[in-house]
Amino acid sequence: MSSYRIQGATGEWEIVIGLEVHAQVTSQSKLFSGAATAFGAEPNAQVSLVDAAMPGMLPVPNRECIRQAVRTGMAIDAQINTWSRFDRKNYFYADLPQGYQISQLYHPLVGEGAIDIVPDDKQPDAVKRIGIERIHVEQDAGKLMHDQHPTMSYVDLNRSGVALMEIVSRPDMRSPAEAGAYVAKLRQILRYVGSCDGNMDQGSMRCDVNVSVRKPGDEFGTRTETKNVNSVRFVMQTIEHEAARQVDVIESGGKVVQETRLFDPGSGTTRSMRSKEDAHDYRYFPDPDLLPLVLDEAFLDDCRASLPELPDAKRHRYETALGLSPYNAAVLTADVETARWFEALLVETAKAQGKSEADVAKQAANWLISELFGALNKLGKGLEESPVTHENGAELLALVGKGTISGSIAKQVLEKMLETGEGATAIVEREGLKQESDTGAIEAAVDKVLADNADKVEQYRGGKQALFGFFVGQTMKAMQGKGNPQVVNEILKTKLG
Amino acid sequence: MNQLTDLGVAAIRDGIASGQFSAVEVAEAFNANVAAAQEALNAFIVATPEKALEAAQAVDAKRAAGEALGPLAGVPIGMKDLFATRGVQTTAASHILEGFVPQYESTVSQKLWDAGAGMLGKLNLDQFAMGSSNETSYFGNVISPWKRPGSNAPLAPGGSSGGSSAAIAARLCPAATGTDTGGSIRQPAAFTGISGIKPTYGRCSRWGVVAFASSLDQPGPMARDVTDCAIMLEAMSGFDPKDSTSLDMAVPGWTAALSADLKGKKVGIPREYRVEGMPAEIDAVWEQGIAWLKDAGAEVVEVSLPHTKYALPTYYIIAPAEASSNLARYDGVRYGLRDLPEGAGLQDMYAATRAAGFGPEVKRRILIGTYVLSAGFYDAYYTQAQKVRALIARDFERAFEQVDVLLTPTAPSAAFALGENVDDPLAMYLNDVFTVPSSLAGLPAMSVPAGLDAQGLPLGLQVIGRAFDEQGVLNASLALEQRAGFTARPEKWW
Repeated sequence: MSSYRIQGATGEWEIVIGLEVHAQVTSQSKLFSGAATAFGAEPNAQVSLVDAAMPGMLPVPNRECIRQAVRTGMAIDAQINTWSRFDRKNYFYADLPQGYQISQLYHPLVGEGAIDIVPDDKQPDAVKRIGIERIHVEQDAGKLMHDQHPTMSYVDLNRSGVALMEIVSRPDMRSPAEAGAYVAKLRQILRYVGSCDGNMDQGSMRCDVNVSVRKPGDEFGTRTETKNVNSVRFVMQTIEHEAARQVDVIESGGKVVQETRLFDPGSGTTRSMRSKEDAHDYRYFPDPDLLPLVLDEAFLDDCRASLPELPDAKRHRYETALGLSPYNAAVLTADVETARWFEALLVETAKAQGKSEADVAKQAANWLISELFGALNKLGKGLEESPVTHENGAELLALVGKGTISGSIAKQVLEKMLETGEGATAIVEREGLKQESDTGAIEAAVDKVLADNADKVEQYRGGKQALFGFFVGQTMKAMQGKGNPQVVNEILKTKLG
Repeated sequence: MNQLTDLGVAAIRDGIASGQFSAVEVAEAFNANVAAAQEALNAFIVATPEKALEAAQAVDAKRAAGEALGPLAGVPIGMKDLFATRGVQTTAASHILEGFVPQYESTVSQKLWDAGAGMLGKLNLDQFAMGSSNETSYFGNVISPWKRPGSNAPLAPGGSSGGSSAAIAARLCPAATGTDTGGSIRQPAAFTGISGIKPTYGRCSRWGVVAFASSLDQPGPMARDVTDCAIMLEAMSGFDPKDSTSLDMAVPGWTAALSADLKGKKVGIPREYRVEGMPAEIDAVWEQGIAWLKDAGAEVVEVSLPHTKYALPTYYIIAPAEASSNLARYDGVRYGLRDLPEGAGLQDMYAATRAAGFGPEVKRRILIGTYVLSAGFYDAYYTQAQKVRALIARDFERAFEQVDVLLTPTAPSAAFALGENVDDPLAMYLNDVFTVPSSLAGLPAMSVPAGLDAQGLPLGLQVIGRAFDEQGVLNASLALEQRAGFTARPEKWW
């Protein structure tokens, strides 16, 4: 387990980190109104009377938002509270039409849970469990636009009332890497569950980063909270900067002030936003417009039944049932879209070769990771934009599996497939790339190679075994890569004695 | 033609249906009364004679075509200006919403129009329904049509539904909507010699009703008799998916089931309602009510509601707490008044807008509410008040194990003169002492006129029932009404 430390003038310091992640719930409409939630609409195009807090308007909970939050809770093995309640958090701001945010302070929908993280890729077995204190659902605020008019600010209420899950961790993280791994893992789970798209650059996932420092073994220090950090890298930068700053403050005789801070992505630093003294008194109280939220067993069963296989379970299955390496299993399960693509490829590949999925899993995984990913990367494309479909991929793998083409020819064929979108068989036929397994032709080629390199043959026979690869290469070259490598090897071995 | 305005809801509807007169004749008669009384009584903030006529013409056309008519076909009514009405200014009697014209119609008003009613106008009220005398309206006091004999002093029509009560008593409309948070239907009904019922909390949708205190606010009808109230209430009630606190229950046929026969019924007299210093006349009318109910066949027993004395302080914590939050949306950003001093920032705009837009009583309640919800005070006030509220509700539950309805006075006095209580908010709040407990418990309760005091001013009796038992409340009220034979009406001076 990592024991990340900051070296200060007075010795080592430990960082204590807790994260509050705001994740926008994937739903067609807002938490308490029927208005749409799509990203990027014209300002104020998605505002209902409720979102604009017109007189006499009332909130009605959106079942789908509640369902998504419950499914998320189930995915992190959390306590689901069948009785929860909405509270009002009162404060004035121009982006908050009601003058209060409907949230859940006293009785959240989801209680304690946990997720397992791997802070260091190089130590995949070093798993750390991070506690999650609660998940509650609440309304997002609107957005102020300060660049539309020289002296006035404009208000866009499209986001006003959109459902957020606030996922609150325990202060269990001790290094920037752990925090980064936590956010990445959480995002992975949310995407698997389908309860949040996890697009941090669009603001659908944002982190409030709580940081304090202490001498190892001491009590918790005073924490600061840096608001609305919107990438994994920024979360890690925030922690590095904030921890170093706090150590400096303490070591130069000062005290860390409990305050809210802002992260500046340009400089990678944080600055004070408001201190505890100017903190709002939010006057939380139960929202009298809403009844307590009571979940019945049928609803919970439906939520549970709709949960997909989660990343850890999937990775474990890839390793055990499919026999993939831990690395390959991790890569293929990193995000749900890749896993879906791989599983579709696997089905087609097994079918094309008449084998079980377990029998072709390694071939499919290796090809996907080392061939297709690399090729797409060169084209600057993601898997979702791949011109090669899983059916095409399976066809190519079947040609290799049956010995019709060699691995190196398969690389050429893949390039052509990416260029033209054609199927593998058509390309192999047209270009005459079928592998040569005729021993006569191979023998002839081998004889020529041995005759042309008599000196090397001598050296080989004199004990320089490493030259074997040279002869293989020369033979394959002479046959334009179409010689069956196994047959080439056998014949070479015989002829070299 | 003026006799038409003496008719109630049922009589108007039936007269139109049978062709004795047309809906347009009725609308015109009431429109004329509204216009003639406006200067003297100030019962309406906006009159909408064209709306009343339009609805009437539609009803007449339907009848001519032989189509089925709604249960309120051709009945012109007044709409308390707390209900949002599409295309018609909706102010809650406040400056901050002056000129606000909603693009939507409240559920309750829509149901009334669907039943065939027409709108005579938007009725004046205490600002944001906060008040018991209609003296907090930005649009001026409503003057009761009643006078003390030999005195010209203007009297309070009660509040907050004071425009509604004054208009009905003065024959400006046969019925009106009210809203009741702590007595705002029942107390004005008592002050003006008319009837009004606050149904079970959740029976009428709050959607489109400007909120005062969400957990207490409840729309209800006001009219001149119990039957008319029942007809109105049936039209106004029903489950509304747009209001999460709406009752998902079928609306019973209250009107058809009205019965003044109380044989086998038990009536409870809560001993804690005999408050100190209550005028002897109130006591006398209460005793009279007991006798009438016995006469109707009911058994009368004394019951105890031990937490009654905590009801007012509890109410004056919970209602302002909710109001302080509900009224935060009036901030000058999106609609209504905006006061933006030269060079002002957002905070300055809030302060200026809200200082100019809210009257003193509204400000007082926002301050009280903000205080009781503040960190450090929340548990001592709000949490405690919620606990007491639960105890008050339990008192009623226990009482209703023994009895079917409760009988109490509606208010501790007859109508007072305008200005009499205005400088003493506590004295004003005491007006609600008999109405607030049932509001806190969400129970149906009705006020019916029972007689006149020595000065010739109306006094009301209140019937409180079990949750969802509007029928029991209406029936006991009908028994009182039949025996009281209340026919007094204010002498026309306007």
